[in-house]
Amino acid sequence: MFIGFFLALRKAGVRVSLRELLMLQEAMAAGLAGFDVERFYFLARATLVKDERFLDKFDEVFGQHFRGVLQPQAEVPDGVAMRDLPEEWLRLMAEKNLTDAEKAEIEALGGFEALMETLRKRLEEQKTRHEGGSKWIGTAGTSPFGANGYNPEGVRIGQPSGRNRSAVKVWDERSFKNLAGDVELGTRNMKVALRRLRRFAREGAADELDLPDTISATARNAGYLDIKMVPERRNAVKILLLLDIGGSMDDHVALSEQLFTAAGSEFKHLVTLYFHNCPYETLWRDARFRKSDAMATDDVLHTYDHTWKLVFVGDAAMSPYELIQPGGGISSMNTQSGQAWLARIVKAYPAAVWLNPVAESHWGYTQTTRVIRDIMGERMFPLTLEGLDGAMKRLMR
Amino acid sequence: MRFEGTENFVATEDLKMAVNAAVALQRPLLIKGEPGTGKTVLAQEIARALGRDLISWHVKSTTRAQQGLYEYDAVSRLRDSQLGDARVHDIGNYIIRGKLWDAFEAPGSPVLLIDEIDKADIEFPNDLLLELDRMEFFVYETRQTVKAKTRPVIVITSNNEKELPDAFLRRCFFHYIKFPDRETMQKIVDVHYPGINGLLLREALTSFFELREVPGLKKRPSTSEFLDWLKLLLAEEIGPELLRDRNAAKLIPPLHGALLKNEQDVHLFERLAFLHRRNAV
Ligand SMILES: Nc1ncnc2c1ncn2[C@@H]1O[C@H](COP(=O)(O)OP(=O)(O)O)[C@@H](O)[C@H]1O
Ligand SMILES: [Mg+2]
Repeated sequence: MFIGFFLALRKAGVRVSLRELLMLQEAMAAGLAGFDVERFYFLARATLVKDERFLDKFDEVFGQHFRGVLQPQAEVPDGVAMRDLPEEWLRLMAEKNLTDAEKAEIEALGGFEALMETLRKRLEEQKTRHEGGSKWIGTAGTSPFGANGYNPEGVRIGQPSGRNRSAVKVWDERSFKNLAGDVELGTRNMKVALRRLRRFAREGAADELDLPDTISATARNAGYLDIKMVPERRNAVKILLLLDIGGSMDDHVALSEQLFTAAGSEFKHLVTLYFHNCPYETLWRDARFRKSDAMATDDVLHTYDHTWKLVFVGDAAMSPYELIQPGGGISSMNTQSGQAWLARIVKAYPAAVWLNPVAESHWGYTQTTRVIRDIMGERMFPLTLEGLDGAMKRLMR
Repeated sequence: MRFEGTENFVATEDLKMAVNAAVALQRPLLIKGEPGTGKTVLAQEIARALGRDLISWHVKSTTRAQQGLYEYDAVSRLRDSQLGDARVHDIGNYIIRGKLWDAFEAPGSPVLLIDEIDKADIEFPNDLLLELDRMEFFVYETRQTVKAKTRPVIVITSNNEKELPDAFLRRCFFHYIKFPDRETMQKIVDVHYPGINGLLLREALTSFFELREVPGLKKRPSTSEFLDWLKLLLAEEIGPELLRDRNAAKLIPPLHGALLKNEQDVHLFERLAFLHRRNAV
C-alpha cells in the first residue's frame, strides 16, 4: 500500500505528506496506472513529488524499492500473506520518520490502525470496482501471479505492457540528477532561507494609506470620508551587501550575489558594494574596481544609515598583514588597518552578519578568520542552507 | 476522455499521465520548467483536446488573489451616486467578476489557466487555497455564494521565481517539463514545420544543442527560440551547408540573434567565436 515506499521517500529527504499518499491511493483506485509499471511510476511521481529538486531522489528510491517487484524473485516464500506482516514494522518506521505534526494528523484520523484501514478499504474498493483489480493486491490465492513478486507492502505492481519500452527503466536513467540540490548550496535551497527574510520584512512593515479601500469604504459610507490603512505591501528591509571579490571563493560570492539579487524585488532596497579581501577606506559599486565606481567608506556609512542591514560575504582569509597592519591592503594605501575599518563598519550597523563560503570546521585554522569572527561578535555563518538560515534569523532579531 | 497530446503539441508520456490524473481527480496541475518549454501552450492544448473552453488568468507581480474572485468597483459607484444615477442602488452593478468566478460558472467545466503564479506575492497561492479546494466563495457585498457547477480543470504554471507554499503544493499534481531531448525536439519541430528539410533540421538541432552547452550563458535558448530561429532560417532560405560549415570563420550560426536574446550572451558568444578563430589560425 505504498506506506513503505512513502516512508522510504521521507527517509531519503523527499517531503511527502499523508495527504499525497492518499491522493495516490485515490488515483490508483481510479485506475489511472492500469497495470503498467511505467505508468505507475509517472503517476506516483506526479502525485508525490512537488519540487524538481526531489525528482532524482524519487527515482533513486523508486528504483531501490520496487526492484524486487519488477523482477519477481523466486525466493519469496510461497503462501505467506505478506500483507499482514509489515504492520508492526511499519509502525516502527513511522515512529522514526514522521514529524510530530503528522503523528498528530494520524491520531486525528483515528490512529494508525484507522489509517491502515482506510488504505485497505481503498484497495478493496478498487478490487471490486475494477475488473482484474485483485492483481494489485498481494494476498496469496487471489493474485494470479502467485506469491512471486509481492513487495513487502503486499501490493503487486503489474508487469510492463508491450508498449514501446526501452531496456532501461525510466527511473534508472536518473535524468533529473542535475536538478537535485541537496548537498552543495545551490540557488534553489538558498531561496528557501531567503524566504524567511521576505516573510519577516512583510510583518515588520509600516502602515500606509489604502487608497482603494478608503474610496470603497467612503463610497459605502455614502460619501463620508472613511480612511483605511494597511500594512505596507512592500518589504521594508534594506540590505547593504558587501562582497569580497577577487579570490578563490569568487564563485560562491557570485552565487550569493545572484541570490540576493533574485530576492531583490522583495527588499525595499538592495545595494551591493565590493571590496578585495578586506574593506578599507574605499568600496566599489562594481567588481571591476574602477576609479569611477569608487565610493569612500565614510560616505557609504553616511548614505546608508543604521536601519540598513549589513551582509558581508567573503572567506575572511588573507595574510594577517592585510588585516592588522596600516598600509597592509593589497590594493589600497590604507592609513588605518583593515581591522579598524571593519570594526567601524560593523559598529555602524547593529544588524550585521558575515557569510563565509569556507566550511566552518576550517575557520579556526586561519588567523584572520578568527580575528574577523571576533570583530563580528560571533555573527559569522557558513554559506550553507543552515548557515544562511541562521544568518537571516540573526539579522532579523 | 484522455489527453494524448494534440496535432499542435507534443506531449511526453509522463506529461500525459500528470494531465490525466489532474483531470480525473479534479485537482490542480502545477507545471514548471524553463521558459519557452510549452507551459502556457499546454493549457490551451488541453482545452482543445478535451473540447473545453479556456479561461486564462495571467498573473503579474501586482495581481492579488481577490481579483481572481471578484472586485467591487466602489469608485464607479461613488461617481454614479454623485451623478444621481439609479444604478447606484444595486450594488450588484459594481461587482466585477474575476477569472475564477468565470470558470466556476462556465458551462461544461472549462480549463482555467493560472499562468506564472510565482510572479505574484508569495502569499498569493495561499490566499486561493480554500477557493481552489472547495471551488466556491462568498461575495460579501451581494451575499451570494458562487459555487462551481462542475469543477474546472485547473492548470497552474510557474517559472520558479519563488517557492510555492507546501499546503498549496500538497493539493496539486506536479509535472516538471524536462528540456526536450533531441528526439522530442524533432517531433516538436515536425508539428510546427511539417515537411521541413531533414538535413537542415539535423544541422540546426546540432547547432542548437551545442549552443545550449556553452558555459556561462545567462539565458540558454529554449524551444520557442529554436522555433523562431528555424522560421528565420526558412524565410532566409539558409541551407544546411551553411550550418554544417564548422570551420572557424563560420562558427557563429547565422541569425543567432534569434537564439540569444541577452546582449551579454551575444557578446560572450562572439568572444568565444573570436578566440576559437584565433586558435584555429
Ligand atoms: N511540446 C511542445 N509541442 C509543440 N510546441 C511546443 C512544445 N513546447 C514548446 N512549444 C512551442 O514553444 C513556444 C513557447 O511555448 P510557451 O507555452 O509560451 O512556453 P512557456 O509558457 O513554458 O514559457 C510555443 O510557440 C509553443 O508552441
Ligand atoms: Mg508561459
